[in-house]
Amino acid sequence: MNFDFADEAPKLAMLLYGVVAFVVVVGGLLLLLDVVPTRLARRRQARLAATVPAGTPLGPGRRRSREGLFALFFLLPTVLMLGVGLVIPAIRTLVLSLKNGDSTQWVGLRNYGWMVDRPEIVDILRNTALWVLLVPLLATSVGLIYAVLVDRARLEALAKSLIFLPMAISFVGAGIIWKFVYAFRPAEADQIGLLNQIWVWLGGEPQQWLANPPLNTLLLIVVMIWIQAGFAMVVLSAAIKAIPTDMIEAARLDGVNAWQQFWRITLPGIRPALVVVVVTISIATLKLFDIVRTMTNGNFDTNVIATEMYNQAFRYGQTGQGSALAVVLFILVIPIVIYQVRSLRRQREV
Amino acid sequence: MAVFVRPRKAFVLAGVLSLAVGATACGSDDGDSGRADSPECAVYEQYQGNSDTEVSIYASIRDAEADLLEQSWEQFADCTGIEIDYEGSGEFEAQLQVRVDGGNAPDIAFIPQPGLLNRFAQAGKLKPASAETKAMAEENYAADWLQYSTVNGEFYGAPLGSNVKSFVWYSPKMFQEQGWSVPTSWDDLIKLSDRAAADGITPWCVGIESGDATGWPATDWIEDVLLRTQTPEVYDQWTTHAIPFNDQRVVDAVDRAGTILRNDTYVNGGYGGVKSIATTSFQEAGLPILQGECALHRQASFYANQWPEESEVAEDGDIFAFYFPPIDPAKGNPVLGGGEFTVAFDDRPEVQAVQTYLASGEYANSRAKLGNWVSANTKLDLANVTNPIDRLSVELLQDERTVFRFDGSDLMPAAVGAGTFWKEMVSWISGKDTAAALAAIESSWPS
Repeated sequence: MNFDFADEAPKLAMLLYGVVAFVVVVGGLLLLLDVVPTRLARRRQARLAATVPAGTPLGPGRRRSREGLFALFFLLPTVLMLGVGLVIPAIRTLVLSLKNGDSTQWVGLRNYGWMVDRPEIVDILRNTALWVLLVPLLATSVGLIYAVLVDRARLEALAKSLIFLPMAISFVGAGIIWKFVYAFRPAEADQIGLLNQIWVWLGGEPQQWLANPPLNTLLLIVVMIWIQAGFAMVVLSAAIKAIPTDMIEAARLDGVNAWQQFWRITLPGIRPALVVVVVTISIATLKLFDIVRTMTNGNFDTNVIATEMYNQAFRYGQTGQGSALAVVLFILVIPIVIYQVRSLRRQREV
Repeated sequence: MAVFVRPRKAFVLAGVLSLAVGATACGSDDGDSGRADSPECAVYEQYQGNSDTEVSIYASIRDAEADLLEQSWEQFADCTGIEIDYEGSGEFEAQLQVRVDGGNAPDIAFIPQPGLLNRFAQAGKLKPASAETKAMAEENYAADWLQYSTVNGEFYGAPLGSNVKSFVWYSPKMFQEQGWSVPTSWDDLIKLSDRAAADGITPWCVGIESGDATGWPATDWIEDVLLRTQTPEVYDQWTTHAIPFNDQRVVDAVDRAGTILRNDTYVNGGYGGVKSIATTSFQEAGLPILQGECALHRQASFYANQWPEESEVAEDGDIFAFYFPPIDPAKGNPVLGGGEFTVAFDDRPEVQAVQTYLASGEYANSRAKLGNWVSANTKLDLANVTNPIDRLSVELLQDERTVFRFDGSDLMPAAVGAGTFWKEMVSWISGKDTAAALAAIESSWPS
């Protein structure tokens, strides 16, 4: 490949613009964060120094209003971004879900009716439920067991990085890798898929794993667990290490065995971390889209809500139906989020 | 959080960077205005009078193909002084909509889906073609083609490149060794398939996996068979939903395609049984022909690019294609294909001049000489088409007996043509009942 810099000049210029914009914006923000508080602090110090000898206390009202203004200044970007990036799109999605395919007419709740009427919806909901039940449960269990097993073992760091590595792979990348693992070749040809090769060694006929429901959904779930177990392991391992050693020693003195120690000391000790892990993975699973799209594109009865939403809205030009699916997904996520916020609050109160 | 110890450093850095950007951005050159008087410019006589103007073209053609495209109109641009600013994008279909909505439409776009063209025309975004363009198009293209860029009686632009989908790839060497001859009727095709199966060669290899477009090669099969069992009018009614998607005649066509596609003794050479069709990628599907593991592979002319470089694509070479034979002789020689249309979002005279030029025989020949290109332009001289498969395609397209019909899934609304039609074909291959699959597609047709 010959690469002509002159030909690519416009692209390079764009790249440079991007880099410059990034440097200017981020640099500017950092500068602001660095300079403004220091100057304010210095000024307050100076004023304090000036007022103390005079013996007159500083008016609390004035100071508060100034700091409130300052707080507002720092909150503004967040509020603005939340508004532009979250609140407005959410409202717009809701509005779009009440309109037709190209958003030119109001159709009331017809898109929701369409969703319920379709025979596939049962498959889609069943698959989504399967994902949301199995992935958090299995990924967390695998991560937890692994974390307990390697805790304070030899080569702990190496063992941990091994299971954490898949976290660094994007869902699409993981999908492509596992598509090869499940690849199918006929019996007379050499197998290129790991699973089929093992299956053949065990004396089986090569299978089209991804085309056989309902097993295929479970095989897709394995991919997600493979990615998420590392995340669960890292968080839980850190939580295990944070359990006070005196507690463990006390339990040992009382003569607990490993089993009892796990159930009576470790598990209660890491409960908050466990909740965070399960909730995070649950939400990630609900909006799961990439793995299904890469590996089967929802064919062979593997469709889930998010894939269907994307297809309807962006491929078939049925924005209304896609938005309706998005709203349903949103409603499904809400209870999980409420649960997480609550448990976080409870934790803080303790 | 002190990232820059001295704030001044950051400013200096930013300053230097912005200077560099400024310098690069100013590096565009001035185009020279035409040399209209030189002898090779004589053919461009009718397009003169627009020098020092610029026309932007936007399309999905990229990389090497785009370079050939730009070469093909170089002389025209030099002679007329119309500078053509071409941009190709892999996200063309989605981006075109965005650009048009954003008031940033290109002057000319090459749209490969009549359905999309229709949508822009209905929305009043497209400018009708000028009288010159229309006359040029009518002179050079068959009426079959022009109907796809005509919306509500208004003509919007001529076709440009094309491809032929009604091809069956085979190995001339294998045919010679086995003493087979190229079938010219459906019955011969079935006889050949039976003979191959009896000789121990799986006759067909098929693959419809294509990422998020999985299923499309199967829709081409259905369309090809429907065109061969019914009149072109029925086909048109089907693509425009004047008859239901699951009309009995369509069901029959799908079942007939199923006698090959869902027949375990006929498929799937090199890959397994019927079910393996759904997971075999369309790019790899035909390759077992080279290993002698299957004999036939129905796929469009552009499949020529999939064969390994060392295999020769020629009538007496390693691999070639024959015309997917007719079923009912009364229906003539139907050809299923695709292509792009040159439509304009602006009606400045230079835009119309370019649009007319692209519909001309001069352009078709200029592009064909550079290789790897097929067009239905009747002025296209076969001598300028060197690649054997391109030549076969052009012959088919120019043949007067040919009844051309556009790929139906490109004509249907995206929800069907790029959605349920593909998906249900995957289910159908995996064993779903024909009637149930077609009924599901029918119910998904947007009202």
